[in-house]
Amino acid sequence: MQLVLEKRAERSNTIALVSPLIAIGLTIVTMTILFAILGKNPLLALQAYFIAPLTDGYSLQEIAVKATPLVMIAIGLSLCYLANAWNIGAEGQFLIGAVAGSWIAVKTQGTDAGAWVLPAMLVLAAAAGALYALIPAICKVKFGASEILTSLMLVYVADLLLDYLVRGPWRDPNGFNFPTTAEFDPVATVPLLIEGGRLHLGSIIALLVVAAAAILLGRTIKGFEIRVVGAAPRAARFGGFNANQLIILTFAVSGALAGLAGIIEVAGPVGHLQPGISPGYGFTAIIVAFLGRLNQIGILIAGLFLALTFIGGEQAQIAMKIPLDVTKVFQGILLFYVLACDSLILYRFKLVFPNRQVARGAG
Amino acid sequence: MELVEAIILSVLAASTPLLIAATGELVTERAGVLNLGVEGMMIVGAACGFGGAWLTGSIFIGALFGIVAGTLMSLIFALMALGLAVNQVATGLALTILGVGLSGLIGAGFVGERITPATHLHIPGLTDIPLVGRVLFGEDAFVYFSIALIIGVWWFLYRTRAGLILRACGDNHVSAHALGYPVLRIRTLAVMFGGACAGLAGAYLPLAYTPFFIPGMTAGRGWIALALVVFASWRPGRLVIGAYLFGAVTILQLHAQGWGVGIPSQFMSALPYLATVIVLVLLSRARTGGSTAPATLGTVFVPDR
Amino acid sequence: MRKSLLALAAGLLLAGSVSAASAADKLKVGFIYLGPIGDLGWTYQHELARQALVKELGDKIETTYLENVPEGPDAERAIEQLVRAGNKLIFTTSFGYMDPTLKVAKKYPNVHFEHATGYKRDKNMSTYSAKWYQGRYIQGLIAAKMSKSGVLGYIGSFPIPEVVSGINATILAAQTINPNIKVKIIWANTWFDPGKEADAAKALIDQGADVIMQHTDSPAAMQIASERGKLAFGQDSEMIKFGPKTQLTSILDTWGSYYIERVKAELDGTWKSEDSWGGLDSHMFAMAPYTNMPDDVKKIAEDAQAAITAGKLHPFKCPVIGQDGKEIECKGGANLADGQILGMNFYVKGIDDKLPGK
Repeated sequence: MQLVLEKRAERSNTIALVSPLIAIGLTIVTMTILFAILGKNPLLALQAYFIAPLTDGYSLQEIAVKATPLVMIAIGLSLCYLANAWNIGAEGQFLIGAVAGSWIAVKTQGTDAGAWVLPAMLVLAAAAGALYALIPAICKVKFGASEILTSLMLVYVADLLLDYLVRGPWRDPNGFNFPTTAEFDPVATVPLLIEGGRLHLGSIIALLVVAAAAILLGRTIKGFEIRVVGAAPRAARFGGFNANQLIILTFAVSGALAGLAGIIEVAGPVGHLQPGISPGYGFTAIIVAFLGRLNQIGILIAGLFLALTFIGGEQAQIAMKIPLDVTKVFQGILLFYVLACDSLILYRFKLVFPNRQVARGAG
Repeated sequence: MELVEAIILSVLAASTPLLIAATGELVTERAGVLNLGVEGMMIVGAACGFGGAWLTGSIFIGALFGIVAGTLMSLIFALMALGLAVNQVATGLALTILGVGLSGLIGAGFVGERITPATHLHIPGLTDIPLVGRVLFGEDAFVYFSIALIIGVWWFLYRTRAGLILRACGDNHVSAHALGYPVLRIRTLAVMFGGACAGLAGAYLPLAYTPFFIPGMTAGRGWIALALVVFASWRPGRLVIGAYLFGAVTILQLHAQGWGVGIPSQFMSALPYLATVIVLVLLSRARTGGSTAPATLGTVFVPDR
Repeated sequence: MRKSLLALAAGLLLAGSVSAASAADKLKVGFIYLGPIGDLGWTYQHELARQALVKELGDKIETTYLENVPEGPDAERAIEQLVRAGNKLIFTTSFGYMDPTLKVAKKYPNVHFEHATGYKRDKNMSTYSAKWYQGRYIQGLIAAKMSKSGVLGYIGSFPIPEVVSGINATILAAQTINPNIKVKIIWANTWFDPGKEADAAKALIDQGADVIMQHTDSPAAMQIASERGKLAFGQDSEMIKFGPKTQLTSILDTWGSYYIERVKAELDGTWKSEDSWGGLDSHMFAMAPYTNMPDDVKKIAEDAQAAITAGKLHPFKCPVIGQDGKEIECKGGANLADGQILGMNFYVKGIDDKLPGK
């Protein structure tokens, strides 16, 4: 007996709608068993994970805050992946953006620099992220070096650069040698949307990014090129589209968005530059991009959904003393089910019983 | 001179888990599959390896537990990425998340316990030879095994028909399939081999390096193993050099501090990654028109029947 | 479809203003941990203290913790989650939670916060830490007595004042026994990476150190010293299990009595913002039994411990000479002022290494 995939003639729209529901259903079944083994009430646990965070304004705000960098980075990555360019170094571009933007914040600290500071930080961060992403893109186009691997390597370099800066030259002079810059001045901080909350301007920017990407892909020639190059490279070549140029373009855009997300996170929720500003946003965003099926609205929903599991995990830990490790297992299982069910959109699963006659004949 | 020997011993120990994990990933990638979940498989291997040794008192059984755990993890990957044709990058990342969580759950049972670590070889006379004795004849079994493993993999890839077929799957799965080779089955085996190696590499840490289990004790070594495969441009010989070079940089950086050399440690730590990028570019450039990576690395293959 | 989703979200937002504030009559006490509770070091000791707290006051309080909370953008949310779950006293147990704790404290003036090892306070935010350098001083005496090679090995995490003052206290004590004592320092640049800590211990031993001291969290260094037949000091927790013939003593973080004291104050309504920096006299930390040393060394250690506890001996008694040979300004009368120790950013004479970032 063997599991075989059969490509569908066209993608199934019914399954595209139903598959997330199947995945969630499977996750619930699996987790119910796991919770029962751990001696926790499955119903209460699932309520803590999925329902409780959706029932109060505070948690919804926190979900939006957590989803902001994820969505912003994932949108950029989706452009890359649609064009068949594999940027998996968004984490590095995020960090470089944070570093570049922070440079302005650190240098203007305590001066009477005006309202130009924050916009300048955002622009510089996006530019730095784009430039950093161009390294693997150019290595790919010019030398054929695998962009998956070069972009991944550059993550570590960015991480160590940031580490060096906050432990050395940029360290807060009044911070008792702890590895962090001083708190940014108000002009270098991303404004909050709700007084007393944590929701910040970055979430609006993320929504604009989603909208812009939807327009780019749906209504412009460039967007059409990106989709064609990814889906049918040969057709694209006949059509005269320049695949290399698109690799450069999509890498630059995704790097810029990751860099932007980086500085927004630093100048927003964190308020200063320090090591560990990213709990793996750049990598989690890759999962978000795929969960969202590389579609803008999908990514928005996927980002919010993943954020929900983080917030829900904390609330489950508080309310029911469910260890954090269970939340990780839960996230892992959920991702597997969602990804597996999405496979049904393109393929049909079939169980095949090999024909013994033939097997014997061949043996 | 004794110091040199001591440093070499430390380098070998530090490099061994990297070498084992990277060897497995090299085979996986040569078959055309990119499994980014090495860290997740390693940490589960560490938890299960320690658990096995703690329960039975045997390092050998511990190592077996690690291997089995890593293989089981890789089977999840194989089912997803090969069986269901899900994107490999996403699957690998999800595997790491799952692995970190699972290892914490498994390891919760024996926090604070310790075992007797793997013993080192001692051959009277030979081990006592100055300078080289302990390096050559005084290692633990994992170190010797890792070297046998990489030689075995080299021999398999370049000297056997099966190795040739495996490489063919990685370089052009369509042709390999057309020639009648079971691409998916071969890839599944390669992924399982990668998982077994990652599990063993993870188990090395609590069994031989620091004989206790602590959540998160792999501390990113799985990602370094991934980098090493690239650095080695998918060649076993270069992988050995890369792994020991990486171990050497890590250890020498610590020694440099002890000697009072004032280079920021971050620069030293960043060197291997920068070197990897440069090596990759140079290698890709040398072969105009294509990289040395297996051509179908990371791409989905669904045989049309 | 999209519209209805938005409408649904908006509805939930409105409904959200009624939060789930349960009216439990027990005092709720929350903890934020940096590592997993099984790290055998820093977080483990806080968890033991929490368990001691529950044992003592379990009928009056209910405790909750969040583990593995990174010192990044998620910390503030984690702390606020505890507040919203009804916790009235919250312990944030790592330096990196300082700014997030302060932000949340400003937002919830009726909740009390206790932040470990930081220096920012507020009306409802206390700080607490321990004078570990006192323990380091005792270790310095033992180390100098026990070292045959005259070289001590020191694994540092990060060059922050807490660690630097520990190194200085060690060497100042050691110099009273052996004026030519040397110390080799390796910065692991991590609090927690057993493999790297083991590598650092090996490097130190290979370079001639025969007594290993650590300011990182795992028992890896103890284990290596034990394998190599050297001596070592534990850190944070009792590590004798990992070196029965190796551990000389260990500085044990014993937060339990402080936690009990503060929670009692909260229950009595007498809690107020304080800066607690407790020494050996305060039970904020303790020395593990002095083992693997001859009786005369043990006596030196015990005498020093008694003298420090009684306030008769201060590790940073003036004059303290800096690395450049100049005397450090003595701001605390007979000793360095607390502020000078809390912000210590120099090595004393006798350390021939350069403080990173200087």
